[in-house]
Amino acid sequence: MENSAVHADSWQALRRFTDARIALGRAGHALPTAAVMAFQLSHAQARDAVNQTVDFSGVATGLSALGFGVHHLHSQAADRPEFLKRPDLGRLLAEDAQRQLQAASSTLSGCEVVFVIGDGLSAWAVQRHAVPLLAETVARLAGIRLCPTVFLAQQARVALGDEVGAALQSRLVVILIGERPGLSSPDSLGVYLTYAPQRGRQNAERNCISNVRPEGLGYAAAASALAGLIREALRLQLSGVGLKLEEKLLVAGAGNDLLPAGSIAEGV
Amino acid sequence: MQIAGFDSPMYSQTIGQRVYHYPDLKTLLAKASPERSGDQLAGVAAHSAEERVAAGMALMEVPLRRFLEEALIPYEEDEVTRLILDSHDAEAFAPAAAFSVGELRDWLLSEQADGETLTRLAPGLTPEMAAAVSKLMRNQDLIAVARKCRVVTRFRSTIGLPGRLSTRLQPNHPTDDAKGILASTLDGLLYANGDAVIGINPASDSLAATLNLLRLLDDLRNAYAIPTQSCVLAHVTGLLSIMERDVHAPVDLVFQSIAGTEAANTSFGISLSLLQEAWDAARSLKRGTVGDNVMYFETGQGSALSAGAHGGLDQQTCEARAYAVARRFQPLLVNTVVGFIGPEYLYDGKQITRAGLEDHFCGKLLGLPMGCDVCYTNHAEADQNDMDTLLTLLGVAGVNFIMGVPGADDIMLNYQSTSFHDALYLREVLGLRPAPEFEDWLLRLGLMTPANRLAPRGPALPMLEYLQRL
Repeated sequence: MENSAVHADSWQALRRFTDARIALGRAGHALPTAAVMAFQLSHAQARDAVNQTVDFSGVATGLSALGFGVHHLHSQAADRPEFLKRPDLGRLLAEDAQRQLQAASSTLSGCEVVFVIGDGLSAWAVQRHAVPLLAETVARLAGIRLCPTVFLAQQARVALGDEVGAALQSRLVVILIGERPGLSSPDSLGVYLTYAPQRGRQNAERNCISNVRPEGLGYAAAASALAGLIREALRLQLSGVGLKLEEKLLVAGAGNDLLPAGSIAEGV
Repeated sequence: MQIAGFDSPMYSQTIGQRVYHYPDLKTLLAKASPERSGDQLAGVAAHSAEERVAAGMALMEVPLRRFLEEALIPYEEDEVTRLILDSHDAEAFAPAAAFSVGELRDWLLSEQADGETLTRLAPGLTPEMAAAVSKLMRNQDLIAVARKCRVVTRFRSTIGLPGRLSTRLQPNHPTDDAKGILASTLDGLLYANGDAVIGINPASDSLAATLNLLRLLDDLRNAYAIPTQSCVLAHVTGLLSIMERDVHAPVDLVFQSIAGTEAANTSFGISLSLLQEAWDAARSLKRGTVGDNVMYFETGQGSALSAGAHGGLDQQTCEARAYAVARRFQPLLVNTVVGFIGPEYLYDGKQITRAGLEDHFCGKLLGLPMGCDVCYTNHAEADQNDMDTLLTLLGVAGVNFIMGVPGADDIMLNYQSTSFHDALYLREVLGLRPAPEFEDWLLRLGLMTPANRLAPRGPALPMLEYLQRL
């Protein structure tokens, strides 16, 4: 239906050059209703991705099909508000989780790679992409001793993986975690790899693969990058800035002119 | 309030049977700060609502002179402290020298403190004094006093005049794609945005990419004689080396993020001497036509804490100290990026709103051309309605400029700011117009009507020709 109150923009053809919200038209000087609602839908999806609880039982079922058992963990952040206000608590295991991990370490310790899946800032990312990415990755890791249990962590930040890896004395820890949702990307999964995990590791000592989702970095490409990083990290016995990867596979996280390098990971 | 023995200063406040002690000025300031998550994360916030107000009551009686005697971060350890104390103008300070912090608030709100008086006072106030008085002010006070302060700066356009509102056009693209950036830029210009600056946050930090973007914007500006300035928000060292290699490089403004402690600035890879070098280099290019304010600074509460370099100060006091750094270099634009940093520093719309008003007030009081990136991330408890509120409040407070981002959605930095439309809304409801040079240009090209409204558009719009080249 033609709406005479809305001025359409004559340069809509420019939209093919960018995903930015350009040539939206106007009602008076305001956004037309349809543009307002489209924005609100994007924001609603991002908010839901942040606030919803990950359905880890579905993730566990998927992992079981890959031959993995699961173990549930919780950080010291009690709930979402505390998780958002206290990033430091999201990096530490809850006390009972520490005890359980100690008990499990007798049977699970000494693997080369342990996988952790943390909710981070997007439940949607974890629910949609963690299992498919792991399936593609594991298929590329023949000959490497993987921990048969995948750890599923609630209210988790990236560094929580270090706690798990250290308790199990694993050579490498890989954490798959929901990234801070963008308005057009509520379900970006981030992957962080740390060699010789221990408490206090800095972000410069990790490698990151960002924006894993079908519309961003696809599963196969991400898995190739991850498997490559894992093999190189084990071979060179390090991770972080010393570990190189083909640049095209590293999709940068949100650029940021205010925060120092490394804060992107802190935000997760 | 009491200040105990001269050698062991101690601030205290008695409320009923309870005596609250504050061992030093920085603790007193932190405890008096309105509640926000960043101060709680840093462990410097008041533990109760009563303790917070008690600190405010103690702070109310602290003489302003005390701030010249008790440095929050030692003079010997911090070049920002040295800058603040060494550049303090005692003559300008004289009219306020006898005031306590509470008396300063009363005086700022009084008829005696008109715009000219406040302009003369600015060099006599330290950032800590501004931060202190802001902690005793309600939101309406922050608006009312900031509105009286006028700070006007110039390069190719004049920014900050009464009755004007400018915007930074922010045409970011995740891969710095030239056509993508140009498409967003043209959209913004056609929506009467970009009179403060057209500024790109580059995705790549390479010098070649920075130079390409500078040329892209400069070519467009020259093609249509647009009376504005461009900026690529790369690190100051990059722009400095571009200017050193080529004196004809199209560098209008030099950008840098700055903070309020030497340690935080070190973590940003900058120092006062580096900024001085960049300032000198940019001015020597003489590219401005109506003025030579060449620096563009960004700040934001929480950046020092995020760098682990807050020195025990609350984040708003740290922020105000960053304005001492900015003030040194007579910037064209100072932009507090208020909600970008995340909920661990400013949790929700209420905290973001308060911080935006504080930053604008402190900056203006200290004589800075303040703008604000009214913004939030998707993990903050905020939405576009909160941005509408802060935007409107800042418009009333006389903010020099805001951001113009296509549809308020920055697809590179992944956060939400204000849109081209938002700027038009604010101009319309408050009767504000673009910078005068830019307004003339808009009228000449038929993009705007003399009634301060966008003109109806036909397909023959002149600027669309530029798009054919894409």
